[in-house]
Amino acid sequence: MLALDTSKKLSFSKLIASGDLVIVYERHETMKAVKVCEGSVFQNRFGMFKHSHWIGLPFGSKVYSNKSGYVYLLAPSPELWTLVLSHRTQILYIADISFVIMYLEIVPGCLVLESGTGSGSLTTSLVRAVAPTGHVHTFDFHEQRAASAREDFERTGVSSMVTVGVRDIQGKGFPDELCGLADAVFLDLPQPWLVIVSAAKMLKPDATLCSFSPCIEQVQRSCEALRTNFTDIRTFEVLLRTYEVREVKINSMRGQGGSPCQQPPCKRRHTNEGSDKQESVSSAIMARPSAEARGHTGYLTFARLRCSA
Amino acid sequence: MSGNQSNVDSVQSRRVTWEGCSVLLDINDGDRLVFSRLTENSTLKIGKKNYSLRPLIGCPFGSLFQVEYGAEGSKLSRLLRSAEVSNIEDNGDYQPVEEHRDNRELVDNNKAQSLSGEDIEELRRQGATGDEIIEALIANSATFEKKTAFSQEKYRLKKQKKYAPRVLLRRPVARSICETYFTKYPARIGFMRVDTLSLLLSMANVAANSDILVVDMVGGLLTGAVAERMGSGYVCNMYLESSPYPMDIVRMFNFGDEICKRIVRTSLSDLCSVQNDPSEQMGHDVSATANSSNEQMCSHETLTEPSGMEEIALPSENEVSKCKIPKAGDKASQETIDLWKANGFSSLIVAAPELDTWNTVKDLMPHLSHSAPFAIYHQYLQPLATCMHRLQSEKMAVGLQISEPWLREYQVLPSRTHPCMQMSAFGGYILSGVKICNPESA
Repeated sequence: MLALDTSKKLSFSKLIASGDLVIVYERHETMKAVKVCEGSVFQNRFGMFKHSHWIGLPFGSKVYSNKSGYVYLLAPSPELWTLVLSHRTQILYIADISFVIMYLEIVPGCLVLESGTGSGSLTTSLVRAVAPTGHVHTFDFHEQRAASAREDFERTGVSSMVTVGVRDIQGKGFPDELCGLADAVFLDLPQPWLVIVSAAKMLKPDATLCSFSPCIEQVQRSCEALRTNFTDIRTFEVLLRTYEVREVKINSMRGQGGSPCQQPPCKRRHTNEGSDKQESVSSAIMARPSAEARGHTGYLTFARLRCSA
Repeated sequence: MSGNQSNVDSVQSRRVTWEGCSVLLDINDGDRLVFSRLTENSTLKIGKKNYSLRPLIGCPFGSLFQVEYGAEGSKLSRLLRSAEVSNIEDNGDYQPVEEHRDNRELVDNNKAQSLSGEDIEELRRQGATGDEIIEALIANSATFEKKTAFSQEKYRLKKQKKYAPRVLLRRPVARSICETYFTKYPARIGFMRVDTLSLLLSMANVAANSDILVVDMVGGLLTGAVAERMGSGYVCNMYLESSPYPMDIVRMFNFGDEICKRIVRTSLSDLCSVQNDPSEQMGHDVSATANSSNEQMCSHETLTEPSGMEEIALPSENEVSKCKIPKAGDKASQETIDLWKANGFSSLIVAAPELDTWNTVKDLMPHLSHSAPFAIYHQYLQPLATCMHRLQSEKMAVGLQISEPWLREYQVLPSRTHPCMQMSAFGGYILSGVKICNPESA
């Protein structure tokens, strides 16, 4: 998934090989991660697909099933991975992930600490941000989940950049070996205020921290705990609104341009046909917000470790 | 100081300022934000005085400075940890006490303060520090005791900002640069809010060792943010017309030579052309040489703004050459261009309000490698809707989505937690997707 050295740049060798991870795209929001294997088959409602037909094709290709159905084979990325990974816990999605990485000021070479690992959704993006010279230490107190995360990181080819530890961070704090080395700390825990003091020990001065909490009461307690050693404490909510785009047929009335009541608001309308014909049917490309939206994921609280003299 | 230059690319050393580095100065807790460059002669104007910025050189980012009055006049001096914590909110011991006071008897008639302007000047001459003056003002205020605790704190803060202003030394990175521009000069960055910028970087899979094609008509903010996130690989800043777009904001990022060399420019015609005689190519691209950023500096709008808006203090030519600030935006070498022609770019980001979106995307798509993600930013929805529709009908991409990011900040304080009163209602729209192989040519 990541190009960890210049000989393996993302734009090179985009041909599918046995052992590669591909993202099978059926349609929007229906995708699946599949490991390509010479003798295997992939089955879905469109039919049966032989992996052997996929090998040697470029990523991004359209492939057909035995029943003339088709899918697209996309190259994996952290964004696509977030949409296809198996949820062992509630995960973070792209809106929160992208904001966290920007606001924590994570760049290549950084050392980042994370707890809990959960399903590794954010972790995969953190690895991308610190590659190739940085590292991510992620901790989860659940042994099974930590093991599943390790497997996923192997599958996506990022395991050299991330270390998964089984540790109760709320009870014990972060390990002493990492004291003063972290450029950023991310917390997704039920009681993050218990970890603030330990996080402060891990961070370099002026380095950043983020705590993700679904409930405002958690945010209040975390902010209180942050005030002693941290500054620039800011809490945000981030959401995404998506739009649907459709070509819509419009019957315009006799005369020029159609009567006002038939036309949608100007800023949303784009007529591509002449409108001076009588009773013509023209089409316009229109956009409107999707009806469904995520209302809330969690509050993101950011802070910086104070500089001491 | 010069020893730091060789290390400027490593994350560690970027935490301490050096001579010639670009900084973001935060005056009085966000009241005023100024980009500046720390040289021997650079100054900052606060109130009516110009303060030398030399004390800031060699200090860690995140250091706080306060105007102090001394024998040699006033200057900026660094605040130590204990002095920083003067605010009730910062004090971890704050206990919310039942408040019995209110403002029913307080009349705003400007008569409460018994110290006059001359009295304050006299105190200054006697060598009183800023904090001592504030205490004197409080002691001489007839109404102070009657105010609520919150109100007293507001009063203290107001006096502190006037009589003992503070300057926080901030590191210019994608986040702080974008936020500052969005607050002060949003039009220059096409109203791209920080969460929007962060989405562009994620959706386009900006990562190390990639070749990312960028059409940046937002002053270089996008190019800089991409380069910062990549660390290695190439950022191809492409222009589609005859001359390159300004990229001044890139200089604020403090990139070292290594990264600057990887931010290159090409015109679309260069990328499309058959391999020509190199001298021919250099001819019609004179403006894209290394000197271009210098010329653009002189013609940049900020220098023609009225003096009250001198917020982006660009150094003079002399200072620039003395400090040896690495320059980005050299013309891409033929070798690199050939590589891109052979393999394609690993992703595309477009932020070009003045270009036709669909035509731009249509021209650039063939230059992307297989399964490359792309993210197109626009202030207006319609061009993206049109572009999305065309990409769908011509089967050029899948996973198409138009997103509008929404961002709301909260004030979290004991008994006073609520969303902030002010909010940005708009940060732009993004069209994202993944390029697929054209079935006809597969």
